[in-house]
Amino acid sequence: MNKNSTFFVLVNGIIKENPVLVLVLGTCPTLATTNTVNGAFGMGIAALAVLLCSNVFISLLRKIIPETMRIPSYIVIIAGFVTIVKLLVQAFLPNLYATLGVYLDLITVNCIILGRAEMFANKNPVLKSALDGLGMGLGFTVALCAMAVIREVFGAASFAGVPISFMENFKIEFLTKAPGGLLVYGLLIALVYVLTKGKAPAKTSFSCAGCPNASHCHVETCSEKGAEE
Amino acid sequence: MEMFKVLIVILLSSVLVDNYVLSRFLGICPFLGVSKKLNQAIGMGVAVTVVMLIATAATWPIQYFVLDVLKLGYLQNIVFILIIAALVQMLELLLKRFSPALYKGLGVYLPLITTNCAVLGVTINNIIDGYSFVESMVSSLGCGLGFLLAMVLFSGLRSRINESNVPAPFKGLAVTLIAASFVSLAFMGFGGIVENMFA
Repeated sequence: MNKNSTFFVLVNGIIKENPVLVLVLGTCPTLATTNTVNGAFGMGIAALAVLLCSNVFISLLRKIIPETMRIPSYIVIIAGFVTIVKLLVQAFLPNLYATLGVYLDLITVNCIILGRAEMFANKNPVLKSALDGLGMGLGFTVALCAMAVIREVFGAASFAGVPISFMENFKIEFLTKAPGGLLVYGLLIALVYVLTKGKAPAKTSFSCAGCPNASHCHVETCSEKGAEE
Repeated sequence: MEMFKVLIVILLSSVLVDNYVLSRFLGICPFLGVSKKLNQAIGMGVAVTVVMLIATAATWPIQYFVLDVLKLGYLQNIVFILIIAALVQMLELLLKRFSPALYKGLGVYLPLITTNCAVLGVTINNIIDGYSFVESMVSSLGCGLGFLLAMVLFSGLRSRINESNVPAPFKGLAVTLIAASFVSLAFMGFGGIVENMFA
């Protein structure tokens, strides 16, 4: 497939560079909101909306924002869109607002969004950035939903709030709690390794490449990690 | 005395029961990224605690004396993240200028903290929970200490994992997450302890 085609940019985020399972970004909401399918889907879509808008906006402004002021500018742009999304959710989806709680605010510091601004939107034209945002957002939503389905079906014997009667006696309640999230995430990453025959995680693992702070970070671990891989 | 009890409950519950990393999943990135060595884990933990305290001391008055008075509550998110980013930057500059030794120990972790969701999470949670200023400070201290505790415990565990023979698909991040899951399971044991402490 042509690496520069617009279609490639879109699919890239969903599969090849899935932000959650391959790039391992945005771990906090991934773990915190995946105990129910509804919460995970809502989180995914909210992040998708913010990511799409911020990517477009940052791409439009990429020649105006001075190099040294870019991180603060990005943060303000992202925080602005988060506020818009939060107010919309609060007004029209009060149930979702109650489920997500503070994690809705925390989309501001979700490293997927800042990471894509830094790695993609400030170097690429508007349409490409929009598609990248859409692809990454969908990849995030898909990964979150996959994890939530596992956790909710096996942990609470229900799917998106609808009880599954024959699973009732086989609930593993631990999966809906905090440790279950970490366990399922670990297993999924191992699964991705098996499916890709070790290609994807070997390339990135817990990489600094995706971290928005990579450029001005001097923590030893990061450089060590880079050297290892 | 009653006040004291409330503060103790807030402190212990944010360190042990509602541990920010292990049960609320805030600040997972530094938890996984910087917990390879004990001294780094301690440095990062202390830096996060300091920033949480300073950020709370700055954002609480701004929420109640500026945003609420001017009815600008909806700007909370933008204002808080800017305050945190500015504070972290200032702290880094001050440390570099006045205490190079401390900068070497703590300062290097500061750029990582700006976009750390634990810090923004604490400041927003303090407002949501309706804590008074003193309660907010205690809760921030507790969250920071809880983060430090989780980092230190986990760096010990990781040094053992590094020595062990892990199946190929689980190497690296997967086994780290599963190990974190067991630490988190251990912390679940604290559930209910604090509520019944003064009963």
